[in-house]
Amino acid sequence: MEWDRIRKRPDAGAGANLADYDAYAKTFSWEQARALLDGLPGGGLNIASEAVERHVKAGRGDKLALRWIGRDDRIRDFTYATLDAAVNRFANALAQRGIAKGDRIFSLLGRVPELYFAALGTLKNGSVFSPLFSAFGPEPIKARMSIGDARALITTEAFYRRKIEPWRKELAGLKYVFLIECSASLPPDTIDLAAAMAQASDSFETVRTVPEDMALLHFTSGTTGKPKGAVHVHEAVVAHNITGKLVLDLHADDIFWCTADPGWITGTSYGIISPLANGATMIVDQAEFDAERWYRILHDQKVTIWYTAPTAIRMLMKAGADVAKRFDLSNLRLMASVGEPLNPEAVIWGVEAFGKPFHDNWWQTETGGIMISNFLAMDVKPGSMGRPLPGITAGIVEHREGSEVREMTKPMVMGELALRPGWPSMMRAYLNEEARYKKSFVGGWYLTGDLAMRDSDGYYWFVGRADDVIKSSGHLIGPFEVESALMEHKAVAEAGVIGIPEPTAGEVVKAYVALKDGFEPSEALRKELLGHARQRLGPAVAPKDIAFRQNLPKTRSGKIMRRLLKARELGLPEGDISTLESEER
Amino acid sequence: MTDSDIRKVVEEELNNIAPEADLASVDPEADLREAIDIDSMDFLNFITAIHHRLGINIPELDYPKLITLKGADAYIAAHLGSGKA
Repeated sequence: MEWDRIRKRPDAGAGANLADYDAYAKTFSWEQARALLDGLPGGGLNIASEAVERHVKAGRGDKLALRWIGRDDRIRDFTYATLDAAVNRFANALAQRGIAKGDRIFSLLGRVPELYFAALGTLKNGSVFSPLFSAFGPEPIKARMSIGDARALITTEAFYRRKIEPWRKELAGLKYVFLIECSASLPPDTIDLAAAMAQASDSFETVRTVPEDMALLHFTSGTTGKPKGAVHVHEAVVAHNITGKLVLDLHADDIFWCTADPGWITGTSYGIISPLANGATMIVDQAEFDAERWYRILHDQKVTIWYTAPTAIRMLMKAGADVAKRFDLSNLRLMASVGEPLNPEAVIWGVEAFGKPFHDNWWQTETGGIMISNFLAMDVKPGSMGRPLPGITAGIVEHREGSEVREMTKPMVMGELALRPGWPSMMRAYLNEEARYKKSFVGGWYLTGDLAMRDSDGYYWFVGRADDVIKSSGHLIGPFEVESALMEHKAVAEAGVIGIPEPTAGEVVKAYVALKDGFEPSEALRKELLGHARQRLGPAVAPKDIAFRQNLPKTRSGKIMRRLLKARELGLPEGDISTLESEER
Repeated sequence: MTDSDIRKVVEEELNNIAPEADLASVDPEADLREAIDIDSMDFLNFITAIHHRLGINIPELDYPKLITLKGADAYIAAHLGSGKA
């Protein structure tokens, strides 16, 4: 069905950073965006310096930078000056151990203050920060740390003992493991981070980095093969800063809450860098989703800008608009959403519950920052991801394997969403995977892998993925990684993994498994496989359901046809099955 | 249902979701999401399973009350028979 456009009042742009989309987009240049940053004295650019230190130098050190709310409601406040001091201590703890520019530092942490010290301290030291989601199991962690050639890791003692210690010796390059939440007896070859920071100086001279130096390594998943490490450079802060202004309308007096976990790129680009670069106050909640708690935080902390995700919004919807109405949320002036397309019902529900719509936007790990968005001062079309950021050229293209791409300019024609490369936060590589990186660029376009349409007003509409990647709670899951873990079980002959639509999470992971001779399907074996996968992959990646088949549908070359499994599961047309050689049983 | 019947149901449903978890060693007051490594979807599935199996209506705002074994036991004991779905 068609949803009515949510019209913005003519004064919606009053005081907004982006008051008039068309006029602003016409005159925008990335040079202007670069000029909003300070740079390092004597030349160079460093994300951490732009995010924290420059505010201290400009006399804004007493401004509240980070308010951390513990699971037990305990609050820890950090001004820009005290955050800078902690960041410096962390940077010194690295530098004292010879950890240098370009070295990869991984984190496996929940949303604790140390995560923020580590991210910014690593960048200030010129090292490369790679955050991992704490709900990953040992295998996704090991795969990513191997690809990234981790030099150091920051984690908790409990995570370390459970998820890393058993295989640590296999990573020869991993020299330093810093632990928090330590017991009285520290595991061998680890360092108590609190002690290391206490011994370190709270002043540190930012290591000189230039715009093209590697800063962040964020992992994402493709259909086949290992996870891909998307490389971002210090220049990305130009985009983090300006997109925060244009999309999130960040001003220095804003109280901003991004609910994303820094284990995923949203939680780093917009849960650390963007709000700080803009000199705002950011809220971090350690706890997991809890409807009443979230409303309480919005109210108690007087949050003005809230950036969240469809899964959470749909859970709030289930709790009902009347719960939202119990709280005075009059400070809240902008709500945005990312992770997967926000359904029109949820956009509209925002108006019912909060008196304003959610502003959906679109980007991905590779783009480093928001690319297409609904804006505060622009009408919202519920279900649309909005219009390209100023400075971004998007297109809908037709891309046939082995041939060039062709842009399709006719409105509402479905094709692959593509972007003209060249913005500052564009990935610079998939680490050590030149061929895979090059494959993403065809005919002067970056191909996103998402299928979309553009209407006659220039709004983009998401249709689906062009590949078999699964999107669950906004996180990409590569089917191959899940299949590989299942194949490690002695009973499994073949495995095919797909995403099944689910109203809250968008999609959940389901696995189809054919057993080796000598094994019979049973409930006990199904649970054993489920447990096996969960132990290796962790709850964020492991399948939620497993079904047995005698044989999985395969092509002549033996490739499992996930698309066909999915069509059959959902009762959809099977499409072209001319390559089907071995039928499902 | 006795208290031990209730605990048995809770453990069975958690076992369906996270068969690898060693529930016997879980602190009854620990947050299950950490104690047995379940995510928010798993927790939602647990709530749904309890609802279907015991016919208890669990409003969204009550979900956090079932986040520990002890909390789940107490919630179920207090609401058993109080409303079929």
